[in-house]
Amino acid sequence: MSKIIIEARDLIKTYQVGDMEVRALAGINLKILEGEFVAIMGASGSGKSTFMNLIGCLDQPTSGDYFLDSVLTSKLDKNQYAEIRNQKIGFVFQGFNLLSRTTALENVELPLMYDRHHRIKDPRKKGVEVLERVGLGDRMDHFPNQLSGGQQQRVAIARALVNEPSLILADEPTGNLDSKTSVEVFALFQQLNSEGITIVLVTHERDYANFAKRIVELKDGKIIRDRIIDKPLIASEEMEKLKSVEVNQEI
Amino acid sequence: MKFKSIITAAIKSILKSRMRSLLTALGIIIGVAAVIVMVSIGEGAQQQVQEQIASLGSNLIIIFPGASNSGGVNRGAGSFNRFTMDDVNKIKDEATYIKYISPIVRAGGQVIGGVGNWNTSTQGVSPEYLDIRAWKLASGEFFTDKDVLSRAKVCVLGSEVKKNLFPNEDPIGSLVRIRNVPFKVIGVLEEKGQSAMGVNNDDLILAPWSSVLDRLTGGRYINFIQASATSLAQMPQAQAELPRIMREAHKIQPGEDDDFTIRNQADLADAATATTKVLTLLLGSVAGVSLIVGGIGIMNIMLVSVTERTREIGIRLSIGARATDILVQFLTEAIMLSLSGGLIGIFLAFAMGYILNNYTAQPAVIKPAIIFISFAFSGAVGVFFGFYPARKAANLNPIDALRYE
Repeated sequence: MSKIIIEARDLIKTYQVGDMEVRALAGINLKILEGEFVAIMGASGSGKSTFMNLIGCLDQPTSGDYFLDSVLTSKLDKNQYAEIRNQKIGFVFQGFNLLSRTTALENVELPLMYDRHHRIKDPRKKGVEVLERVGLGDRMDHFPNQLSGGQQQRVAIARALVNEPSLILADEPTGNLDSKTSVEVFALFQQLNSEGITIVLVTHERDYANFAKRIVELKDGKIIRDRIIDKPLIASEEMEKLKSVEVNQEI
Repeated sequence: MKFKSIITAAIKSILKSRMRSLLTALGIIIGVAAVIVMVSIGEGAQQQVQEQIASLGSNLIIIFPGASNSGGVNRGAGSFNRFTMDDVNKIKDEATYIKYISPIVRAGGQVIGGVGNWNTSTQGVSPEYLDIRAWKLASGEFFTDKDVLSRAKVCVLGSEVKKNLFPNEDPIGSLVRIRNVPFKVIGVLEEKGQSAMGVNNDDLILAPWSSVLDRLTGGRYINFIQASATSLAQMPQAQAELPRIMREAHKIQPGEDDDFTIRNQADLADAATATTKVLTLLLGSVAGVSLIVGGIGIMNIMLVSVTERTREIGIRLSIGARATDILVQFLTEAIMLSLSGGLIGIFLAFAMGYILNNYTAQPAVIKPAIIFISFAFSGAVGVFFGFYPARKAANLNPIDALRYE
């Protein structure tokens, strides 16, 4: 059996808004194994973003235990959180979140600068390697504003990969992209997943969730559905379909 | 993060907005330049005063009548505190560290001659007097021991007196009437300019002391004594032996107070230097305030920068930067800004010093110490005023920072 990457035990998160106590997560129990590709779905207000922040170690639960790669994280301090984000998690955001006026390669190398253990000896070489892996070997010295949205997101994915994390966390990664580019990005995710990388994705678009192998649905801070997709859509095939549609339109 | 990459990141970030960085650093540039220039002007003034005092004859010793400390008992003027030529002669005979000595007999009053009349001070001195003061003659000659012996009615004019009485002609050989006594002019002194102590050394007439005593003041009392030590190095010995000789001459019993005061040029120099030092300190602190104002400018801009770059901070935090990494990053930027401002300020100060020294009468002496101090101070300003914005950046919550638009 595969290793457990994420284990949430009765995670509860409440926020204080004025006098009101808002319960964003009302007891989440979830296990995600190594090599899975999980889509977390839910309408806005369902708690999926809060859950994402918790598993991304950007925030701490009010109560409950969260194990990441068999480490109980709920008891760690801020610096240890930073270290976990650096070593075990690669983030991909909706708005790409690249540093402007910084080349693609420098953006990708950035997480390595904050690695206190210097696990990767040659940051430059590693940066080039992951950029080639996402198909941007020829765009390394470009600045974000010289790249298309899809290319920027691929730089962000390369940055997420550079520290060889246990998990890639993607928060609405195609929210700012058109459908064709979105499918391209999912093709990349599927390719990385087939290479053994665990991916957790937050989305509210069912079409894209179908690219994942498992869909977890949240509502009012609780998991209401958790199912394995037997035959996920294959993004590369969808791309072919999109192309043929274009061809037909041209005819 | 490694030291090198921290520095590179800071430089990059500063160069991203050049105009803003330059304007931010301008406060420090002006502050550092002001501190250096102000202190250097003070130093320059200090040196000028010292040079002027040294030009009066640095081994000059002046013996005044009157006890410096009467011990509560006021002997009263004229009890014994007036000097005579006996004192001068005794010092001349007994002192080993005194090279030249001269009495000064002062006689004020109207002088008539040449084109008009002029009120000045006539001083009776010995022929050695020129050597004591290191003065030079512009023309003619000085009187000799023979003139002293014969109480000759000869005199040497200061340049100011010459200007007023003989504006267009050579006064040598002419007669001037001092208190109605005719004196023959045999020389004119070189112009010396106003002295540091405010005494005009050009507005006087020098004559043999014997002539002044006999023909102008009458009596035997001289006003004070001026002498020069054999060398600057032997000033202490000279000052040690003089009181002994003077006490003996005035028959002062052990335990009794001196009825004279000995002062030397070094004392005067010290007093003047102390004054200009206070001036330097004052100028420096006023300029230092502008350096602190510059620091506030840095804090201001760094706070704006932290707000503007909230998202960048969020990104860095999300990919594993610790709060300390962010703190160090922003603090480094603030320090780099203020240090580069300090560096430019130093160059500016040198440029201003060059202009002062070459195109104005006010010299500026830039000492290495003040460059070092002001540069270090600019760095300290960067640390002090950069810390608050940097800590603000470091304490940002990653989730909020990432959501910031």
